[in-house]
Amino acid sequence: MKNNYSIFSLLKNSLSYHENWQQAWRDPEPKKEYDAVIVGGGGHGLATAFYLAKKHNMKNIAVVEKGWIGGGNTGRNTTIIRSNYLWDASAGLYDHALKLWENLSQEINYNVMFSQRGVMNLAHNLQDVRDLKRRTHANRLNGIDAVWLSTEEVKNFCPIINTSPNIRYPVLGGTLQRRAGTARHDAVAWGYARGADAMGVDIIQNCEVKGIKRNVGTVEGIETTKGFIKTKKIGVVAAGHSSVIANMAGIRLPLESKPLQALVSEPVKPIINTVVMSNAVHAYVSQSDKGELVIGAGTDSYVSYTQRGSHDVVEGTLKAILELYPIFSRMKMLRQWGGIVDICPDASPIISKTSVKGLYFNCGWGTGGFKATPGSGDLFAHTIANDEPHTLNAAFNINRFVSGDLVDEHGAAAVAH
Amino acid sequence: MFIITCPFCGERDQSEFSAGGEAHIVRPKQPTELSDDEWADFLFMRKNIKGVQFERWNHAHGCRKWFNVIRDTSNDKIHAVYKMGEKPPSD
Repeated sequence: MKNNYSIFSLLKNSLSYHENWQQAWRDPEPKKEYDAVIVGGGGHGLATAFYLAKKHNMKNIAVVEKGWIGGGNTGRNTTIIRSNYLWDASAGLYDHALKLWENLSQEINYNVMFSQRGVMNLAHNLQDVRDLKRRTHANRLNGIDAVWLSTEEVKNFCPIINTSPNIRYPVLGGTLQRRAGTARHDAVAWGYARGADAMGVDIIQNCEVKGIKRNVGTVEGIETTKGFIKTKKIGVVAAGHSSVIANMAGIRLPLESKPLQALVSEPVKPIINTVVMSNAVHAYVSQSDKGELVIGAGTDSYVSYTQRGSHDVVEGTLKAILELYPIFSRMKMLRQWGGIVDICPDASPIISKTSVKGLYFNCGWGTGGFKATPGSGDLFAHTIANDEPHTLNAAFNINRFVSGDLVDEHGAAAVAH
Repeated sequence: MFIITCPFCGERDQSEFSAGGEAHIVRPKQPTELSDDEWADFLFMRKNIKGVQFERWNHAHGCRKWFNVIRDTSNDKIHAVYKMGEKPPSD
């Protein structure tokens, strides 16, 4: 039984110089057989395991991770959380996640530092204005808070933005979702891991999947670097490496994996109170609680599994940032990195059964999966446990690429791809 | 970011090129006769290989010609470049 984290446990452990904290999760060897195995120990995979154990009473399950938990895109994203998507299916999916975020720290007894500081999307041309206004209307019809801000209101909400009409891409207004914000990404992985582990889930790190054993189209188990694990259900949440796992099972996915970059600056005093995203110039920025500016750049245009990305992409983003925020012109960038994002043709995720019985895929989150972590885990757990999708992820099945019923958020989402 | 040797212009920075995705996907001769599954496979499904991949590139900010590249996507090293219509080098 795990001790709860609280102000009292903090005080108690401070007396022993924080050297006697209980281990947050075990480091077990894999058993011979599990009821289900989740491939991928990022936020989505760990959340899936957590909700399988909590809501579907599947406790004899494991999460296998080739590296360490949260070491992939969970630890590499810019932590933005919002649900202001255009289409009904996306609005349902992402707002489900946002509602779970609002209570997540309590639910998993781990402070994920969810901060509803708002997300503002800027419009730089007439088409942006029309698109973003249309999106606020669509959002409100779906019960998602969204407002349109004039240029003056943008300036009032975030005074450091350069709203001069003389810049190359002037700010013509923007939208604001006040319930949106950021969270501490590592805490999400660690919190879900700790919560899942407490319910008996085995989290097996440094365990890479090498093959998926099937018999007449039905899953029998997985080959890993720690041996064969027998299981009837495999949930794959491998982000950029989804196609690699799919290939082991002989199925094809409509994904392309590309590097997406982010960078942080040296820490400074609080200067930007919200998250500002700009679709047209592809720059988004927020400030972490440590004081670093967190800047998201774009994806490279080519398939690559190298976690770095191109210099010209960063250069383009920083040019846009500097025009919008001249105040940052002397900031020094501290770190830059890339993560491999798996992008669907319609820029919407796949949370779905596959043609192989017992094999489920949760992938295609592309450039914006972090925001969906709790909802993705919850709905994927439902799909695995019941062998049927939840109503909220029914539209995100893999068959939509055959039927043509796409959830085309590519141009409609609030961010460029 | 890497250097690509355009078969027409020589070595240039990757930022001069646009990526055209997986190469050698043959456009069906009779699209109307395809099943939905076959059409989806042609239109959407991709190998997305981690390792050596055959792909198309266009020298968008140069000669604007298309050609093929064999590249290792796990480290961005280019193994070979060859023109459209040519067979890929065997080694």
